Amino acid sequence: MAGSTLEIKNLHVAIEGDEILSGVNLTINGGEFHAVMGPNGTGKSTLASAIMGHPKYEVTEGEVYIDGKDVLEMEVDERAQAGLFLAMQYPSEISGVTNSDFLRSSINSRREEGDEISLMKFIKEMDDTMDVLDMDKNMAQRYLNEGFSGGEKKRNEILQLMMLKPAIAILDEIDSGLDIDALKVVSKGINQMRSEDFGCLIITHYQRLLNYITPDKVHVMMQGRIVKSGGPELAQRLEEEGYDWIKQELGIEDETVGQQA
Amino acid sequence: MTVEISLGYDKDYVRKFSEGLHEPEWMKTLRLDALEQAERLPMPKPDKTKINRWNFTKFTHDVRGDKLDSLDELPEQIKDFVDKDKENQNLVIQRDQRVAYASLSEELKEKGVIFTDIFTAMKENSDLVEKYYMKDGIQVDEHRLTALHAALMNGGVFVYVPENLQVEEPLQAIFWQEDPEAALFNHVIVVADKNSSVTYVENYLSNNKEEEEAVTNILTEVFAHDNAKVSFGAVDTLGAGTTTYLNRRGVADRDATIEWALGQMNDGFTISENFTYLMGENSHGNAKTVSVGRGSQKQNFTAKIVHYGKASEGYILQHGVMKDAATSIFNGIGKIEHGASKSNAEQESRVLMLSKDARGDANPILLIDEDDVTAGHAASVGRVDPMQLFYLMSRGMSQKEAERLVIHGFLAPVVKQLPIEAVKEQLVQVIERKVN
Repeated sequence: MAGSTLEIKNLHVAIEGDEILSGVNLTINGGEFHAVMGPNGTGKSTLASAIMGHPKYEVTEGEVYIDGKDVLEMEVDERAQAGLFLAMQYPSEISGVTNSDFLRSSINSRREEGDEISLMKFIKEMDDTMDVLDMDKNMAQRYLNEGFSGGEKKRNEILQLMMLKPAIAILDEIDSGLDIDALKVVSKGINQMRSEDFGCLIITHYQRLLNYITPDKVHVMMQGRIVKSGGPELAQRLEEEGYDWIKQELGIEDETVGQQA
Repeated sequence: MTVEISLGYDKDYVRKFSEGLHEPEWMKTLRLDALEQAERLPMPKPDKTKINRWNFTKFTHDVRGDKLDSLDELPEQIKDFVDKDKENQNLVIQRDQRVAYASLSEELKEKGVIFTDIFTAMKENSDLVEKYYMKDGIQVDEHRLTALHAALMNGGVFVYVPENLQVEEPLQAIFWQEDPEAALFNHVIVVADKNSSVTYVENYLSNNKEEEEAVTNILTEVFAHDNAKVSFGAVDTLGAGTTTYLNRRGVADRDATIEWALGQMNDGFTISENFTYLMGENSHGNAKTVSVGRGSQKQNFTAKIVHYGKASEGYILQHGVMKDAATSIFNGIGKIEHGASKSNAEQESRVLMLSKDARGDANPILLIDEDDVTAGHAASVGRVDPMQLFYLMSRGMSQKEAERLVIHGFLAPVVKQLPIEAVKEQLVQVIERKVN
């Protein structure tokens, strides 16, 4: 089988002592697009951040593996080196560091010393990718995310995704705050990544993103767990009927974290 | 109260020193008067830094470095500060206290530009030097160190740009302290006459270790006459054993502009003052500084802009990074005098701490004696944001690389202002060495 495999087993995560995730199980293989959906406050973004090693989240139980290697034992940069990528909901602004210097440092951090990407090749790749994402060329020389609009930040996350070419990407609410045109552009970029060597976990609470990116599997999260999984038809039904039928089916009254059925 | 301070550098010594250099009479008199004053004047009192145990008075005064026949003889460390791609024709290199290399393009010479060591300037243009030397800029009797400087001045350069001349190519001075224990009492004067403009960049270099004690006492006076513009860049990299008193002062007349971009990278105890006096209407002062403290270094930086002229504009931007057990005080002072209506004083001081033992203090001060003005200040002392590190590391960078990028970004607003490419690159490398 081509590509990498990310395995999440019985993952429990707390923030400042409060449990947010209470046993998430999920496996993503290369070539697969998974969507994790659910109303606000059900733990979706926590899942994304915890896998990448966000300093505020504490894993209290469970395991995460990429190609059999223990992700939870890795530093954040080692997780990236192992093939993981997180497109963040709120990317940091870093003054004084240009977008292009940042991207080049990121690319070179995955390459051996002496094998750095040539400047010409880098510029060409960045230019081409910015074209795909319909980004203004002067974004390359602007300081990283500083003064970027919400939409520009999202495009910039996808620019990084496309240039870093990770094995497994997690996209945390990449669609929030995008108008329909921007959504189409961002989706086009993500769809271009589709290959046997690329697996993707898309976190969203709107179904509309899935009109442009067709997932292979859809999971619904409530109370910090995955409560239902299915194919693309599940997303379809959620769009038509909302989440209430799942709550009824499972006897859930309050779907947010910290509640129990 | 009489304090024995000059350790053998008495009147007789000063007289002979001056005569030995064949200085004009006015300079000899100024030195001798200053020596007397040095004995009774108090030391300066930098805000929040105690300097009573710093060594400013024990030193070897007279050390004369050899001439250079060609720039190839320079050590690599200094060559790096000189632009390789472009032959910089406007360059003065001072080795210990004597000029070792001096060059000024024929074109600028013909147009009346003066760019020489200060002793040559006194020989060739005595009246002009006298007109500016410690008169309207820095006064001899401000405190003991200014007086001691005046008595023992032993190096420096003089720059004069005549009226209506725009000097495009930057002038560069390198002050290289090769002898690890030689004292430097350096005096720099930059004069831009009416409607002229000039860019001047200086570098101070020494490699003395902590146990090799040296003293530098540097005074710099910059004059921008009506509608003139001076861009002043500097990278200070004096060694760990050097105790430094550094005072860079500017005086801007009507419609004149003085811009400072200072890389304050000394490794020893340092007092660095950068004052700009906006005397004329519509004059502008812009002071940008970056500093890195490491080891057990103590430093005190003051950037001050005083507004006398109406509608004068003053901007101060100080960024400092502190690591190890270094301590630094950053004072930012905007002062608007009565009558300087429609003036604007803005300042920003930011300190980034890299270790728990480092200390940094940013003191923004606005002193305003006029109603019809605008002023603002911002100051912060903080650590590297863990969310920024998480973001960068999530793209594959090591923590060290991520921190490096954040620090460079933090210092970038000043670094990118430096006018000579080689000096800019050097500053980046000095920062790299100091923060890693």
